[in-house]
Amino acid sequence: MTLELFTVGEPIADTKAPRDVPINDRWNERKFRARLVNPANRRRLSVIIVGTGLAGGSAAATLAEAGYRVKNFWFQDSPRRAHSVAAQGGINAAKNYRNDGDSVHRLFYDTVKGGDFRSREDNVHRLAEVSGAIIDQCVAQGVPFAREYGGLLDNRSFGGAQVSRTFYARGQTGQQLLYGAYQALERQIGLGNVEQHPRTEMLDLVVVDGKARGIVVRHLITGEISTHMADAVVLASGGYSNVFYLSTNAKGSNVTAAWRAHKRGALFANPCYTQIHPTCIPVSGDYQSKLTLMSESLRNDGRVWVPKERGDTRDPRQIPEDERDYYLERIYPAFGNLVPRDIASRQAKNVTDEGRGVGPGGLGVYLDFADAIERVGRKAIEAKYGNLFDMYNRITGEDAYETGMRIYPAVHYTMGGLWVDYDLQSTIPGLFVIGEANFSDHGANRLGASALMQGLADGYFVLPNTINDYLADGPFPKVDASHPAAVEAEQSVRAQTEKLLSINGTRTVASFHRELGKLMWDYCGMERSEEGLRKALDRIPEIRREFWTNVKVSGEQGIYNQNLEHAGRVADFIELAELMCVDALHRNESCGGHFRAESQTPEGEALRDDENFAYVAAWEYTPEDVAPVLHREALEYETVHLAQRSYK
Amino acid sequence: MTSTETRTMSLTLNIWRQRDRTKKGKMVTYHVTDVSPDMSFLEMLDVLNEKLILSDDDPIAFDHDCREGICGSCGVMIDGIAHGPEQTAVCQLHMRSFKDGDVLDIEPWRSGGFPVVKDLAVDRSAFDRIISAAGFISAPTGTAPDAHATPVPKGDSDAAFDAATCIGCGACVAACPNGSAMLFTAAKVAHLGLMPQGQPERDTRVLKMVAQQDAEDFGGCSNIGECSAVCPKGISMETISRLNHDLLGALRAGAVPTS
Repeated sequence: MTLELFTVGEPIADTKAPRDVPINDRWNERKFRARLVNPANRRRLSVIIVGTGLAGGSAAATLAEAGYRVKNFWFQDSPRRAHSVAAQGGINAAKNYRNDGDSVHRLFYDTVKGGDFRSREDNVHRLAEVSGAIIDQCVAQGVPFAREYGGLLDNRSFGGAQVSRTFYARGQTGQQLLYGAYQALERQIGLGNVEQHPRTEMLDLVVVDGKARGIVVRHLITGEISTHMADAVVLASGGYSNVFYLSTNAKGSNVTAAWRAHKRGALFANPCYTQIHPTCIPVSGDYQSKLTLMSESLRNDGRVWVPKERGDTRDPRQIPEDERDYYLERIYPAFGNLVPRDIASRQAKNVTDEGRGVGPGGLGVYLDFADAIERVGRKAIEAKYGNLFDMYNRITGEDAYETGMRIYPAVHYTMGGLWVDYDLQSTIPGLFVIGEANFSDHGANRLGASALMQGLADGYFVLPNTINDYLADGPFPKVDASHPAAVEAEQSVRAQTEKLLSINGTRTVASFHRELGKLMWDYCGMERSEEGLRKALDRIPEIRREFWTNVKVSGEQGIYNQNLEHAGRVADFIELAELMCVDALHRNESCGGHFRAESQTPEGEALRDDENFAYVAAWEYTPEDVAPVLHREALEYETVHLAQRSYK
Repeated sequence: MTSTETRTMSLTLNIWRQRDRTKKGKMVTYHVTDVSPDMSFLEMLDVLNEKLILSDDDPIAFDHDCREGICGSCGVMIDGIAHGPEQTAVCQLHMRSFKDGDVLDIEPWRSGGFPVVKDLAVDRSAFDRIISAAGFISAPTGTAPDAHATPVPKGDSDAAFDAATCIGCGACVAACPNGSAMLFTAAKVAHLGLMPQGQPERDTRVLKMVAQQDAEDFGGCSNIGECSAVCPKGISMETISRLNHDLLGALRAGAVPTS
């Protein structure tokens, strides 16, 4: 190594989970030991919440119901538009309504194993414990889940689970759950318990005497920059998949709130853990702005294949059976087309790397329904997947009943995020992080239908029971926007905004974002190697330098300026990208969504290294020319025993 | 395959430009070339914006986020039709719906209830205020009985779901000659009124939501049906009948209108 990649700091540990009682009792015990705040005192305590997705929306509503003064910020025009709205599949809960042997313990076990033994047992157990209450809560709000003819809730098996524990609302579960939380939030807004700040973006965290006390925001329509203070700050700002430019995330999804908190001292955990979803619609051209996911349920009936010969551009219907390679069925005869997401994705990359990919640019594989249609008839396939075939047709103009689909993997979710303890508090006292923005529950890989579960668990049931232990020390000394720490934060936001507008270079923000995204996809995507990561680590600082000297941001500060918003977000993505590559390079093992070429079994499967890497990598921010500092949190598995995943 | 065809198009776009809520706006003409039929409509605007930025011009503001037809952020009038020629959110509209040489008028939603924020972006906070008035079931966190305590007939649940799929984009208002928000309000009234959990507040809900809708700058509903015809989620006119049914029921039961 020419330059030091990172330095090692003090280990870090969660001190909030009561480890002195058995795992089944810890959550109850923590709730009991956490101090309470008298209802009359709650009115004197204010909480800032950034974000209105499943986590932020449910937390804002619940904390307001409890009597706290909530100030809620979001960047879209309405809280109903947070990207949770786009989740399709469903939400897991250990209700055991199917009497198929499900239990809290099984959901806990599946989630720890699915996370490839890189998550914290205490958190995952709690997630499974509260999962049932989430469904009860949503039903009480009027969420129209799928039902059986007897009027009871329907369940399905999802993502290869052996039990049917997934609740769903057609292919729009996220939308319906979000509207439940949104309506509860709007009710509190109407009652005057929530101060709302639509179309505002958090651009800095105000830390006073070591505690999170406020945020600096820019109003996206007027450009006004202002500081807001509170007794505690909650980030529910989502994941960072858009560091790859092309992902299934909404265009506005970004890491800025989390990253700026990181720069103020919050450790960022496991940034390299990203999830790549195998069944997305491939890129069609350079103008591509985002990728669209199609439910992976399609793999229940579709067969994945590519031509045996490279560069075979024939219409798929003209390629005879013996010239096709059904590679998943060939490599994994037991699981076939239903292998987990990471494996299906990586094999798609392998065959396209070999030059056997299909469609524009050769970045696609076929998902073929001809056999299924012959077996059960087109009507049955239409009934099951009609909306997905329609969506595919709308985007590609192709009739997938005739031609099959072309699919390719895309970044979909990020398991990494700001480090939090069992109370969901970051390393900055008073800063709590919930939902996808934290790292807490999914380890190195998230199971299907678990993101919605975690967002709502954090917002409805976990945070409202832990934040009081912190707020019991309040109200904290009164500080306002004139405090030197707040003034400094606001000035730094103004300075950055002015700087971005003043560079007036020759390259657009989007062109930097695209270049960064391509680099990350190539070297920190489905498969990572030391050689590739080092290439990325050489290039990213160059991109950063060029960005800050040659970017062209149009317009002014005092108007609705979407280009300026994007510029600030890309500046943060560039910094995050570097940390992701450092994290991916230091973790010389394969686990979950992180596949290191150097760490595989003789059969080419992911090989974990529990002896050296059974820890959470929590990174401390350092200035540009200083190597980041690694704080390790050791992971102990006292309940679920470490085992290698196998799908052969 | 159609997707690999290299046929490209040139189009003339007349686009509404307006600096902010207070300034007067006007139509400005732009020419775009090399438009691929596989581009989405918003990607075509992205390409135009990149050119505007590099030529020191102000890019066109338009709201958008998920770009998969579910968040409800996007929406423009194309040749006078909300979301354009296909019945889908404009982010899901692709350029293959147009042909070389087309001249398109692109405007923001037009309604007193939706003031223009900039260019093609409007303020739809009136919708949130309608929900805030009573578009919910009061069920504070932690108060819920077991999810199976109350069975819901599948037909009711499915109909509630159909109404609940409304994405709040505002196309219904933009398309309505009266600028009415009736379909939006009715979708929520129908969704919650069809669920057993929604019964206790059914009367007050419809009264308060309609009152808030009237307090905003929306017009009245005269059952024209343009709203449903352009709705990307196909919300049915039947929801409006349900709203009127509930409203009359609430008034006949002796409730005093709150507007």
